[in-house]
Amino acid sequence: MTRRRDFLKSSAVAAGAIAASRILSPAELWAARLSSAQESDDALAHLRFAELAPSDIEALLLQAVDAARSAGATFADARIGRYKRQQIATRERQITGVQDTETVGLGVRVLRLGTWGFAATRDLSPDGVRRAVREAVGIANANRLPGVPPVVLAPGEKHGRQTWKSSYAIDPWDVPIEQKAGLLFAANAEALKVPGVRFVNGGMAFVKEEKHYANTDGSIISQTIIRSDLPYVVTAVASDNSDFQARGNAVQPMGRGYEYIVAQDLTSSARLWAEQAAEKLTAKSVEIGKWDIIATPSNLFLTIHESIGHSTELDRALGHEANMAGTSFLAPPQQKLGETRIGSELMHVKGDRSQEGSCAAMGFDDDGIKPKEFDIIRNGMFVDYQTTRELAPSLDWWYRKQGKPTQSNGCCHADSWNSVQFQRMPNVSLMPGEKDITLDDIIAATDKGIVMYSRGTYSIDQQRYNGQFGAQLCYEVRGGKIVGQLKDVAYQMRTTDFWQSMDMLGGRRSYELGSTFNDGKGEPGQVSAVSHGCVPARFRNQNVLNTGRTG
Amino acid sequence: MPLLTRDQAQSLIERTIRLSRADELQVSINAGDETNIRFADNRITTSGTADDLSVRVASAFGARAAVTTTNDVSDEGLERAVRLSESLARLAPENPERMPLLGTQAYRDVESYVQGTATATPADRARVALTAIESAKRAGAVVAGFLTTTAGSTAIGNSKGLFAYRSSTGVDYSQTVRTPDGTGSGWAGANHPDWRQIDFAAVSARATQKALASRNPTAVEPGRYTVILEAQAAGDLVQLLAGSLDARSAAEGRSAWSKQGGGTRLGEKVVDDRVTLLSDPWDPQLLSSPFDNEGLPLQRQVWIENGVLKTLPASRYWSQRQNLTPTGQPNSLKMSGTDQTLEQIIAGTDRGILVTRLWYIRPVNARTLLYTGLTRDGTFLVENGNVTRPVMNMRFNESPLFMLGKLDAIGAPARLSGDSNGLVVPPLRVRDFAFTSLSEAV
Repeated sequence: MTRRRDFLKSSAVAAGAIAASRILSPAELWAARLSSAQESDDALAHLRFAELAPSDIEALLLQAVDAARSAGATFADARIGRYKRQQIATRERQITGVQDTETVGLGVRVLRLGTWGFAATRDLSPDGVRRAVREAVGIANANRLPGVPPVVLAPGEKHGRQTWKSSYAIDPWDVPIEQKAGLLFAANAEALKVPGVRFVNGGMAFVKEEKHYANTDGSIISQTIIRSDLPYVVTAVASDNSDFQARGNAVQPMGRGYEYIVAQDLTSSARLWAEQAAEKLTAKSVEIGKWDIIATPSNLFLTIHESIGHSTELDRALGHEANMAGTSFLAPPQQKLGETRIGSELMHVKGDRSQEGSCAAMGFDDDGIKPKEFDIIRNGMFVDYQTTRELAPSLDWWYRKQGKPTQSNGCCHADSWNSVQFQRMPNVSLMPGEKDITLDDIIAATDKGIVMYSRGTYSIDQQRYNGQFGAQLCYEVRGGKIVGQLKDVAYQMRTTDFWQSMDMLGGRRSYELGSTFNDGKGEPGQVSAVSHGCVPARFRNQNVLNTGRTG
Repeated sequence: MPLLTRDQAQSLIERTIRLSRADELQVSINAGDETNIRFADNRITTSGTADDLSVRVASAFGARAAVTTTNDVSDEGLERAVRLSESLARLAPENPERMPLLGTQAYRDVESYVQGTATATPADRARVALTAIESAKRAGAVVAGFLTTTAGSTAIGNSKGLFAYRSSTGVDYSQTVRTPDGTGSGWAGANHPDWRQIDFAAVSARATQKALASRNPTAVEPGRYTVILEAQAAGDLVQLLAGSLDARSAAEGRSAWSKQGGGTRLGEKVVDDRVTLLSDPWDPQLLSSPFDNEGLPLQRQVWIENGVLKTLPASRYWSQRQNLTPTGQPNSLKMSGTDQTLEQIIAGTDRGILVTRLWYIRPVNARTLLYTGLTRDGTFLVENGNVTRPVMNMRFNESPLFMLGKLDAIGAPARLSGDSNGLVVPPLRVRDFAFTSLSEAV
């Protein structure tokens, strides 16, 4: 309890160091930091991440890891991170919010006598680090329970000093706010020209993570990750207020910079989305019954995410998420790996953190592992889970059978310095088919179907059997041709039946990434961003319901 | 004593305000300690603690405004945040709806900081986990659960003299007990600002009983059923209805509360006349913040009274434009009820489905507030006043708005797990609740 008071007191004392009434340039601030850092031993107490030299960060990380080792940890890692978010929100012709958020701190994880402890602090002084390590060790000690087998980790990797940067050309923080707002306003104005369109909510969201990691295996890793999103919703209202319809989720978030936003050709896109929203007001309400679903990548990615991405997480299969996200129909592993047919022979699914521009791309995970691409489903059969170093050893029997070493698939991730890392989804992607099939080919081959675009409503049970999915835009296909827009569409599916009904799959040319920016999991809840590569695909005879009922 | 006292918060805010060169500056502080312990597979899986202190700085030049947030509260960190918010504000387009900051306000305190919660130790938390694990083991079952405590303070101050401060603690506890054969699952939870008010053993007993009773469920045909929603399940849906209450979107014609032909449904009877929905920071079951994010004092507000839509939350801007009294942004919710227990409701039911909680609830139709989702962790058939057998989980497509018009019993309101702001809802019995498909999930 006293540490907060002490900290404030020391800050107040430091107030004299820089005259509060004068505006200092960043260079002046920097100089002041350095000089005050040299003045006294405890100056680091006032030093913040922005001013910390890479050598300071490394010193603090190594202090944490060494202190944990001295306290009896068999494994420890420390992360110092700066997490920035920027959000700009507009509606119609006005700005509604400009927010820039930054949070900095350290998290330390220790494994002592087979039990984990974790502590995090925003106090990046040597004292702060010492206290955090002491707390983490104290928690590990308190949590040792009799008769519980110790945590055993899959082999670590010694990477030495490494740096990694995600794929971006323009750092969004280098682009002035008025330029971003200007782009949105121009698009909003264009959308509002469409008759019936009354509202536009357009925004941008950016994430920048500067993460530094060290562990007892001998890795010191620095990574910079940028992601960009363009949430944009156009709403059309019937002239008598009897209905309103929206078109949103048209742009996929990506692990890219501002250049990705510019490439969206927002003004003409907004016009198109507005026309689609207005057209939805008079679209035909869907007829309940069996339809072939033709899911395009912008829509199918979320079905992959929910039904395949989450069901193949090993921590879920082992019951770690039973109280929150749930377990999995792919459990227990001994009965499911290599035994379960999930989809048709056409279905191949891989996990990776390497696709350029994808949301889950990173050079190293938060276990200090360099992720590799791995097969999850081969020819429709289930062959591997998403794993971490803690989880992988339970599949020793399976990897031995496959003649493969037991190692983590590189799926360990924490969403901030103050949250503990655990198994998070990498990109989980449906591979293209071998034939060069396009969406048009699939439509032409379909007698009675619905083409679905962009993520709509989505819900699935806690073991990922029963899902219900909608879309932003649906088009009716009759006799191989699109005949018009439909509304009030959702299909209910059973995961394995759905994937086994897949009988047409697009080729490599039709492969796209779809992404979600804030996938939730864990307690306390954490978010992560993930992409799913996929191609258009057809699913025969799905149950479609009408969501337009009024009582 | 809270991590950041009133005096400390005030001096931090004043220190920030002194740095400002903007026309107006508002500073919001969030400081606290968060602890957690998570267990699964009858062992502790993760456990940790984190402290943080963030400062949100909102600068405005006329109608140009921007917000920055930092957790660097050194003088230099604050200076950087203030300068950044000013430079962003200067570049931001004018927001014609921006309201001037509020001046000095008077607040009535809510007592929601409990020392016994703030001082719980790692050993105390491990003991809770052990209690749950031992209880599950005795029943031959497997438990996964989560306990989190928070102790913190929030404060808002601005260049026009407003200062609001609140400290609070919270405990949230829940667990899911499963039978090793994977055919039974039971959930229970509890939430309170005061650690001593949580009956940890009772939560374990309830979850275990449900897990054992729910083994080997059988299917009932999906369709319209009378359902008994335990308080948690009822709350899962009622809070969605509360979240849709908004004066502006209703007036704009894009809400379930819009009236066909124009205007809103204010004054109309919208649900069963036994339904009253309100927010009241001082309600002993709620104990929520007496001010909103802008520092506006919150009053007791009745949104729906005896089934009639009484008030729609309105922002300061919308209130001014429409000549309404601003309600502030409410942060807690209570649905009033009776003193009937869940057991009495069950006893008075000829045939129905008893639902423990709901899962993965997502909007399907914004016009009707139609949502889909599934039952989870304890779904049973009730016949002739008794729970007769476990049934398979089902997906529903139902609207809380329809649901509150089809009530036939209301029980005693309970504080629900998972919402630290205070969510208090009674168990409900509802006619013709629409289940649309079966789920094999346990």
